[in-house]
Amino acid sequence: MSRLAIGLCLLVIALFAASLLIGPAGTGPGESLAALFAGDGGPLTLVMREIRLPRAILALMIGASLGLAGAAMQGYLRNPLAEPGLIGVSGSAALGAVLSLQTGLAAAFALALPLSALLGALIGMGLVMALAGPRGGSLTLILAGIAVSALAAALTSLVLNLSPNPFAANEIVFWMMGSLADRSFTHVLLALPLMALGALLLALVGRGLDALTLGEDAAGAMGIDMRRLRLTIVTGTACVVGAGTAVAGAIGFVGLVVPHVLRPLVGARPSRLLWASALGGAAMLLAADIAVRVILPARDLKLGVVTALVGAPLFLHLILKLRTERI
Amino acid sequence: MSLLTLSNLSVTLRTRAVLRDVSLDIGEGEFVGLIGPNGAGKTTLMRAALGLLPFSGESSLTALPQHERARIAAWMPQSREIAWPISVETLVLLGRIPHLGAFGDPSPEDRARVDAALDWMGLDAMRHRAASRLSGGEQARALIARALAQDTPLLMADEPIAGLDPAHQISTMRTFAQLAEAGKSALVSLHDLGMAARHCTRLVMLSEGRLVADGPPAEVLTPERLADVFAITAWYQHTDQGTVYQPLEVLR
Repeated sequence: MSRLAIGLCLLVIALFAASLLIGPAGTGPGESLAALFAGDGGPLTLVMREIRLPRAILALMIGASLGLAGAAMQGYLRNPLAEPGLIGVSGSAALGAVLSLQTGLAAAFALALPLSALLGALIGMGLVMALAGPRGGSLTLILAGIAVSALAAALTSLVLNLSPNPFAANEIVFWMMGSLADRSFTHVLLALPLMALGALLLALVGRGLDALTLGEDAAGAMGIDMRRLRLTIVTGTACVVGAGTAVAGAIGFVGLVVPHVLRPLVGARPSRLLWASALGGAAMLLAADIAVRVILPARDLKLGVVTALVGAPLFLHLILKLRTERI
Repeated sequence: MSLLTLSNLSVTLRTRAVLRDVSLDIGEGEFVGLIGPNGAGKTTLMRAALGLLPFSGESSLTALPQHERARIAAWMPQSREIAWPISVETLVLLGRIPHLGAFGDPSPEDRARVDAALDWMGLDAMRHRAASRLSGGEQARALIARALAQDTPLLMADEPIAGLDPAHQISTMRTFAQLAEAGKSALVSLHDLGMAARHCTRLVMLSEGRLVADGPPAEVLTPERLADVFAITAWYQHTDQGTVYQPLEVLR
């Protein structure tokens, strides 16, 4: 294992531990860990096992998924500006969630919101694949993704527009900012199967993405089945992003910034960037979720707001660096 | 043994027949130059033969499963795409993808092939530089090295020497000729008829999607065909320094 892999693993472990140990309960680290492992049924054990552990696990899973999907999308489209939301899945997942909030379904039973978000993601993915066609190249996929994203965004706006209930509108807006607060193991178990499937699919595309560095023609002549590669990437991305959006709302910039930051550290090889971005994405989301709790503990700062606030300036910095390099 | 057999290959793109009934057979030890004016169908012929385009007719390559094709024929497209700033060495190693095992770790043989390809194209000194930041000609050489590293019996390249300086044009043509001497074959589209006449063992001439001539350079490059197909005149001589061929005037 390379030094980068070890460093990123240590960073993720440290942030995961910090995420478990930081919270409004304000107990010491030793005490918290003892309560987590001992399981004496006391209130602290309950806090650790039912509140902080699922939250940290979700941050790890979703962050890794977003990083992995971002690296795969950038590799497939050969564009450093690509991100997992580009194929329209996060937009349609958000639409599904918004509809369940609006109709009151989300209030009727606990899992209605994530389940309808997942349904939205699946419909979005089906639409994108149908629009892009079986043989199309990467350009048709981008265009189909933009069309589906725009449609989902328009319908989401329509729901907000026509919402007779200002509280529902408020709830929708806050949900769309993304958060990991008050999630339980039910959410972990809901997201896990789909995320594991998506991550497995995306882990298989490394060689195809490496070959694709030389263009679709050269990759095809090197024995890479371009249709299968595209299907694998779109399905994998839809699974991980759909599941992530369903349980945590829309969290932007992780899939865009993390591959960009790590690319020089892996010699720009798309296959090595996949696992590096998964680790980096997990680290970024764990850190952002810690920041949410530390900076404004009383105000319920949203996770997606923090990732965008950190991500956008970082991205600007990278663009400026790229500009000086090109001259 | 035949490395590539095309029979009655036809390609129609948007109702326009780009390639019509081309039949071709390439054996071992041949350096075949594919010549013809712009739009004659050179690129289409090679892409169809590789199965990258829908076509009618038969190609011996597309009869094989895709991953096996990649062990028979290497392909260097005309567009020199290098999407990421990977090192030249990593770029050339991409040519070993069809030979890699399940886990993708390069074997000592893969490394040796990469070193040989870098050495052949004179890229040893820049093996650690980012390929996307090289000059156009250097990128072309790196991509040729990538195709060489694939180590296939047949190498197909679309205008590989376009944009190279004279020394590298000649040494690249020599490299292909050496491959042919070693029993492999190359099918290379070219616009420089002088280079084609001097280095190729065989020329295939296309015009408006049809194969119009196929044979040794001296038999293919007749004044009549040059006038018909290219609308040029040329001076052609076997000298004691080898074949010299110089296009002279435009006829139309």
